[in-house]
Amino acid sequence: MTVAISVSNLQKSYASGTMALKGISLEVGQGDFFALLGPNGAGKSTFIGIVSTLVTRTGGKVRVFGRDVDTHVYQTKLDLGVVPQEINFSQFEKVGDVVRTQAGYYGLPRKLAAERSEKYLRQLGLWEKRNDRSRALSGGMKRRMMIARALVHEPRLLILDEPTAGVDIELRRSMWDFLLEINRAGTTIILTTHYLEEAEQLCRNIAIIDEGRIIENTSMKKLLLELDTHAFILDSDAMLEDEVNIDEPGLSLRKIDSHSIEAVLSGGRDINSAIAALDRLGIRIISMRNKANRLEQLFLSRLRGNGEEGG
Amino acid sequence: MFSDHRLVAFETIVIKEVRRFTRIWLQTLLPPVITISLYFVIFGNLVGGRIGEMGGYRYMEFIVPGLIMMAVIQNSYSNVVSSFFSQKFQRSVEELLVAPIPNYVILSGYIAGGMVRGLCVGLIVTLMSLFFADLGIHSLLITISVVLLTSLVFSLGGFINAVFANNFDDISIIPTFVLTPLIYLGGVFYSIELLPPFWRVASQLNPIFYMVNTFRYGILGTSDIDVAWAFTMLCLFIIVLYGGCIWLLRKGTGVRS
Ligand SMILES: Nc1ncnc2c1ncn2[C@@H]1O[C@H](COP(=O)(O)OP(=O)(O)OP(=O)(O)O)[C@@H](O)[C@H]1O
Ligand SMILES: [Mg+2]
Repeated sequence: MTVAISVSNLQKSYASGTMALKGISLEVGQGDFFALLGPNGAGKSTFIGIVSTLVTRTGGKVRVFGRDVDTHVYQTKLDLGVVPQEINFSQFEKVGDVVRTQAGYYGLPRKLAAERSEKYLRQLGLWEKRNDRSRALSGGMKRRMMIARALVHEPRLLILDEPTAGVDIELRRSMWDFLLEINRAGTTIILTTHYLEEAEQLCRNIAIIDEGRIIENTSMKKLLLELDTHAFILDSDAMLEDEVNIDEPGLSLRKIDSHSIEAVLSGGRDINSAIAALDRLGIRIISMRNKANRLEQLFLSRLRGNGEEGG
Repeated sequence: MFSDHRLVAFETIVIKEVRRFTRIWLQTLLPPVITISLYFVIFGNLVGGRIGEMGGYRYMEFIVPGLIMMAVIQNSYSNVVSSFFSQKFQRSVEELLVAPIPNYVILSGYIAGGMVRGLCVGLIVTLMSLFFADLGIHSLLITISVVLLTSLVFSLGGFINAVFANNFDDISIIPTFVLTPLIYLGGVFYSIELLPPFWRVASQLNPIFYMVNTFRYGILGTSDIDVAWAFTMLCLFIIVLYGGCIWLLRKGTGVRS
């Protein structure tokens, strides 16, 4: 497998003294859709900043498609497109000019630059806005414009730093479809997000960063397999008079308020067994929901684990 | 797939720079034109008539070259300092930094933008001066080359200022407290023959004095100074400032964390 990006022992301490990265090693294969997760301040944006040369690292190596970013500046930059977390375009320029100018920075001749800008502005639903000043776009449109800008030189590796933050649900789904589409067409994608459901939907592999270290680096499938307990909230049609307290192997049921019961299943027990047990008590279930996103639970337990290790 | 990508990137920066200062022409092109025409009217026409001759010329003819240079200097400097600082401020400088553009191309693009604005304003002022004074040109080569080199020097200066600036005050401190006094004391309005000996020597430490006088020499054919020395000095300034800019860009001062 060709490696799209590989970093080894990446370190960054900012001038302020913050150690943002404490030796990160990571590989992302070509064609992958990779999620970089971690709480606020974990070092995700710092990692992306280093790869895109906006942040100078204090240690370690970065290779993009096998080439060292220090010695192959031109080619590695050409291979990379970045959508930053913070807005970083001129607010006074027109949308079309922002994207076309970026194409020019990458050396695309004027005609090709115009074609590419049109192509990506259309794909991201911004073509009608091309003559508007970029500051007049809504937050979600600004994000999409930055995606168009990052794609205009058609990089092989696209890195997005929280692309869906503040984007409405409908638009988020269409952005997912768009990203899946360009991933299918061959672009390797790395994305950071705080929506774990998004990572679950899109990504094949993930890494979790916490306090500047990688605490998990695995495939999404394996990670989800590790989750063997599921918690549900079951709602009954009538007021629950008595306490509910069932503890069987693989199944525990507990009343949590006048109309709902928490069911925790493990070891392969299915939800039918919970409903059957309640039926025996004369409780009828009319609806149910996941207690919390399963991935979120796992994520939180990992972070807590890391905190304990760290002292 | 790409033609020479550096050339395309350079053109792109210059076009963007020109688009910027023409878009905001009310702030960039109009004010210098108004200020300089006021100088023409007040100092040249009204006061100048009473002054009589300066350095062997009508006062109006004497100050026109200086005023043109003033416009070129101020506009070259202020274009680069404002534009590059505002790119830093809005973080759009990152668009350049992530792209595969060598530092010297980034620098050349901004410098060219500053020079285009400096020369545009210089040209407008020159055309306007034709209404007030009747100027010939003594040496076209000297006139043009000193304008180009001066514009280059102050564009580079503006770039360094922008690299170090952290807020909007920082981009007006140097123009207000350094450039303007040096321009006014640089023999725009008087010949240093009028000065007492001490100030005459002090004036010779002012680089702008040489630029203004060389330009005046190109137009009128007289000057307070040695023209060859002025060109040598301009070239030295350019080498040092250019080296400084490239060094700052390589270090990432003010733009990379
Ligand atoms: N320019 C900077 N100067 C000093 N410290 C910084 C700078 N940028 C980030 N940091 C610090 O480095 C650490 C990691 O920040 P980073 O932005 O990489 O986190 P993140 O994982 O992207 O967080 P978020 O999810 O909130 O975006 C934080 O402690 C932050 O305060
Ligand atoms: Mg971040």
